[in-house]
Amino acid sequence: MNNGFLHDALIYLTAAIVFVPIAKKLGMGSVLGYLLGGIIIGPFLLGFVGEEGKDIMHFAEFGVVMMLFLIGLELEPASFWRMRKLIAGTGAVQLCATTLLCFGGLLAAGFSWQAALACGLAFSMSSTAIVMQTLREKGLTKTASGRSSFAVLLFQDISVIPILALLPLLAMSSAPQTAEGHKTLLEGLPGWAQTLTLIGAVTAVVLGGRLIIVPFLRFIARIRLRELFTAAALLIVIATADLMTIVGLSPALGTFLAGVVLANSQFRHELESDVEPFKGVLLGLFFIAVGASINFRLILDNPLTVTVLVLGVIVVKAFVLNITGRMTRLSFDQNSIFTLALSQVGEFAFVLFAFIAQLGILSGHWSDMMMGVTAISMAVTPFLLLVNERLILPRFGTKEAGEEREADRIDEEQAVIIAGFGHFGSTIGRFLRANGIQTTILDNNSDTVDLLRRMGFKVFYGDATRIDILKSAGADHAKVLIASIDSPEINAELVEKIKTEFPHLTIMVRARNRIDAYDLLDAGVKNIYRESLETSVRLGVDTLVHLGFRRYTATRAGQNFIKYDEAALPRLAKHRHNQEAYIFNTREEISIQEELLTKDRADNPAINDHAWDRKA
Amino acid sequence: MDIAKTNVLILFAHPRFERSRVNRALLKEASNLPGVTLHDLYEEYPDFNVDVEREKELLLNHQVVIWQHPLYMYGAPALLKQWIDMVLEHGWAHGEGGNNLRGKIIFNTLTAGGTRDIYVSGGHGYTLREFFISFEQTARLCNMVYLPPFVVHGTYLLTDREAEEYGRLYRDLLERLTIVGTDLRDILEYEYLNDWLEAGKERADR
Repeated sequence: MNNGFLHDALIYLTAAIVFVPIAKKLGMGSVLGYLLGGIIIGPFLLGFVGEEGKDIMHFAEFGVVMMLFLIGLELEPASFWRMRKLIAGTGAVQLCATTLLCFGGLLAAGFSWQAALACGLAFSMSSTAIVMQTLREKGLTKTASGRSSFAVLLFQDISVIPILALLPLLAMSSAPQTAEGHKTLLEGLPGWAQTLTLIGAVTAVVLGGRLIIVPFLRFIARIRLRELFTAAALLIVIATADLMTIVGLSPALGTFLAGVVLANSQFRHELESDVEPFKGVLLGLFFIAVGASINFRLILDNPLTVTVLVLGVIVVKAFVLNITGRMTRLSFDQNSIFTLALSQVGEFAFVLFAFIAQLGILSGHWSDMMMGVTAISMAVTPFLLLVNERLILPRFGTKEAGEEREADRIDEEQAVIIAGFGHFGSTIGRFLRANGIQTTILDNNSDTVDLLRRMGFKVFYGDATRIDILKSAGADHAKVLIASIDSPEINAELVEKIKTEFPHLTIMVRARNRIDAYDLLDAGVKNIYRESLETSVRLGVDTLVHLGFRRYTATRAGQNFIKYDEAALPRLAKHRHNQEAYIFNTREEISIQEELLTKDRADNPAINDHAWDRKA
Repeated sequence: MDIAKTNVLILFAHPRFERSRVNRALLKEASNLPGVTLHDLYEEYPDFNVDVEREKELLLNHQVVIWQHPLYMYGAPALLKQWIDMVLEHGWAHGEGGNNLRGKIIFNTLTAGGTRDIYVSGGHGYTLREFFISFEQTARLCNMVYLPPFVVHGTYLLTDREAEEYGRLYRDLLERLTIVGTDLRDILEYEYLNDWLEAGKERADR
């Protein structure tokens, strides 16, 4: 088994590494790359992965599970509430209209009404995985089409729960067969009991998330071991998925719910970035598996049926989506993207068709066919979008420059990120907020985060030196990053990462002292703020005043001293390297002090301020 | 507080007061008079961030306002200009509804390095009054009564004794201004307040 697993993993990963870059180079997006890779290594072409395809499919579905967990995490109840009209309106129209049209079509084609309705519901699903991945890669998630897509997908994802609950009721007339070997709680129960179990499981996830997981995460966070937190994140996903599987529900739905529950906790960003890499890899595997599982034999045997079904489904879905898009007043460009992006049948259809077949609503032959149709429609999507992007939009669309920025949208990433919200960073945050600048705040002390959140700050919990967490905090779109972490080492590390990964960001760095400032200067940072400079000088100024100096004179002297000291900083920083075998130690610090003290007398303009004097 | 007294506000602006012998002499006695408030602007606002509401409050509580400062480049030090720009707001000090300063008395107290004979009109020169026409006009805009300035000329030439003499003269001036009912009718005819005081002394001597 181990051998087989390693072998499969080798093939899958190789396929990903070979085909995704090719697809990217050709401008097709990674999803298409994975799918093509899957098709090529699949049983029909090279046959590297054959009958086990189903197993891998099962494994890879875990990517979908994780993706839904992440989507759930991104669903802050607050933002969900803001989008409620879009989600309920657009989503409901899309789902109902698509289901009805497909139902009609299939009924006319001679299916039983139960089968037609079940298939209609399954076909109304679009692929969250493909759409979100594609939109993200194209940078469209924040556009109107991106938001509409997200809303519709969300509605679909949520409605899978009631659909799964409804399907057993459809099956009551036809004889249910328990063909699958898996023993789940749902099987063998009457329809109403299945529905009840489902509601119970959902409630368990919601309550468990609130009452158990959040305190549990807080406990883990206090231990301050990053890998433990990653493990905890994975554990949450796996445990929820397992619970759902035991009950006989879609694990993806369970984790989606768990994600929603945790979205409002301060661990949101940390969880997101912990699960993200796993999701990416597993989702890739999922797409490969979809490619590999396309049953070309079946398609070749019934080319006409499959073609008609694929075309029919895509046309119906696109038609409904287009009307929905127009209803929400999407512009032509946005509506075209929206229409085509969502025109495929989604991964939930696999789940639904499997369930439908299991309930005996649809024969095995037909459910295989429908899954094939689903897979093909998924594979076609990237091509459709490519055609739209290259051929349709340039000709018929209007290029709307700068339409992304809408002033009233609060959900956008903020222009300023403050990393490290201790005493230093929080003062900056307060000052910026007092001047109407909202900031995204990152801090890795969960207790601080708790406190600040109670005080009404928008603080996120996470290690700011991780690229992925910076990404999820919006470093791609922010203008300024304030590095105000207590530890100078971590601050320096953060600066290093920002400079390579987000070169567009202006970095403002807190330096603890002169030594830190030298290091930061060496790292090429321009905006350095020594926490020991301004405050010390201010104290000095007030001391002068207490000794009888005129306040204005003392203030000027203080300002000049700061100016002089900052001008001297780069000079002395260079000089520092002349000393051989530089080690940070007390002796070196003393020598710096000595140098400063002797230079002060000679250079400091504050000492010889001749303004307003008769004789200079 | 004595009802019969008028309150005097000295808005003092000197960036280098610690080096100013004459201004110290002027304020030594004058600032301790009852009814006189010394408001040291460079000490209060070293960062030039004038507290407008506080300044308005002070103005409302005083009937006589003095801009006291050294003569820098034929004008006042920067902070006094800042004060004028910030505090004498449209709608408060002047313009529509801006009658809070109506009828108040205001003048400049100046210390100048040059002697009085340098400041003569005609040719390339101007009188001090001509240089301070913008202050006069500002006062008029605010419906205030602008008096001639009190001036100490040739500060570098003064002996300590002479400086002290100016201090007493200044104190006398403020004392007279704080007494309600001081006859100010002919005061506007003089070029400097010093001249008015001199004329008064002569009248008394006669």
